[in-house]
Amino acid sequence: MLVIFSLFLLSMLVVTAIAIIRSEDLFSAVMLSGIFSLLMALNFFVLDAADVALTEAAVGAGISTVLLLGALALVPNRERNSRRKRYTFVYLTTLSAIVLAISYASFDQPRVGDPAAPVHQHVAPWYLEKTPELIDIPNVVTAVLASFRGFDTLGEVYVVLTAGIGVLFILGNSRTGVLPRRREPKLTSSLKNHLIPRVVGRMLIPFIILFGLYVQFHGEYGPGGGFQAGAIVAAGIILYALLEGEGAALRVLSPYVLVGLAVGGALLYLGVGIACMLLGGAFLDYSVLAADPVKGQQMGIIVIELGVGLAVTGTLLSIFHAFAARDQ
Amino acid sequence: MVIDALSWLLLTSGGLFVLIGGIGALRMPDLYTRMHASSLTDSLGPMLVLGGLALQTGLSLETLKLLIILLFMLITGPTATYALGNAAAVSGLTPAAPDLEDN
Repeated sequence: MLVIFSLFLLSMLVVTAIAIIRSEDLFSAVMLSGIFSLLMALNFFVLDAADVALTEAAVGAGISTVLLLGALALVPNRERNSRRKRYTFVYLTTLSAIVLAISYASFDQPRVGDPAAPVHQHVAPWYLEKTPELIDIPNVVTAVLASFRGFDTLGEVYVVLTAGIGVLFILGNSRTGVLPRRREPKLTSSLKNHLIPRVVGRMLIPFIILFGLYVQFHGEYGPGGGFQAGAIVAAGIILYALLEGEGAALRVLSPYVLVGLAVGGALLYLGVGIACMLLGGAFLDYSVLAADPVKGQQMGIIVIELGVGLAVTGTLLSIFHAFAARDQ
Repeated sequence: MVIDALSWLLLTSGGLFVLIGGIGALRMPDLYTRMHASSLTDSLGPMLVLGGLALQTGLSLETLKLLIILLFMLITGPTATYALGNAAAVSGLTPAAPDLEDN
């Protein structure tokens, strides 16, 4: 049954991908890419990767779609007609060769979920075995992400921050350094006069933020963590911006606060790493943070997850405002 | 046993409603009628499916979560339909009237 469902989901993914490529209307391409992300999230969930599924649903289907719509407001709605058929043969040959090579290589792949597969024999058993002893939290994914591979995650946070800085450099205003001051833009003023979405949205926003906090601080026990929580909280505030106008959202969280959140979150993460060094441990070795190494690990994970959440919220909202403010 | 049968009844009828909505969204002539087909069944379908799932889980924390999801869908679904229909009306899409075209 699960196999049939997976096959259905995977074929839907291929269908959606082809539809995205073939659609010349950029708006429907954006919507289809949101559907693609949702299908991908379902796929991850079928593979028991609930953490990744949550991230994909929150970031891929939620925030990316909003950001792409914001970008779409800056460009024409239709794809430019560029039907050059000169190199079709080269493209087709290359693609076919790659597809054939990948298909051939996939015969060597172990079955999905095979316990003897190399990926399950490398470091995963060690993580599974040592997490209860060294960190003592139920969600091994969080333990791997935040502690064992904390350095990778630090890099990810700085990638997010760098992306935000890049967008602000391109779209932001040079005078304030953050955002251009404009009239109320089209993208965010569209829902302002509609009673039903406003009432429903206002009712939902507190629960969205609450759910974000739950995901943030429940990451040690279930699927969740800073990345997902940051995206969810940002989605709640973006909803507020869509309902009440961008100005209202900026009065709640000004551009400077948002940049402060992004940079502060990233620095908090880095600071924890440096604090560990000052206390005599290795970089990002949280064991030295408390007298009991296990407690120290848990404390470190909570603090760096908070840093991740703040950085992601700040960056996503800065990017959103940068796009929304450029909309004419 | 009775609960199982009832739950399966709810699940299959919910699935049927979603299927009907999907067929309606494909077959109806214009946006408004398509929305009409899919939005109504999209409210009733999840209600039945989640009701069936709630019967499967019994009385536990999962039931509460299912109920919260149901509440969320019941509130957001019609709102999304309203927003979609309103956006279509504002952008100037008039409902198709096949009878007039035939004459």
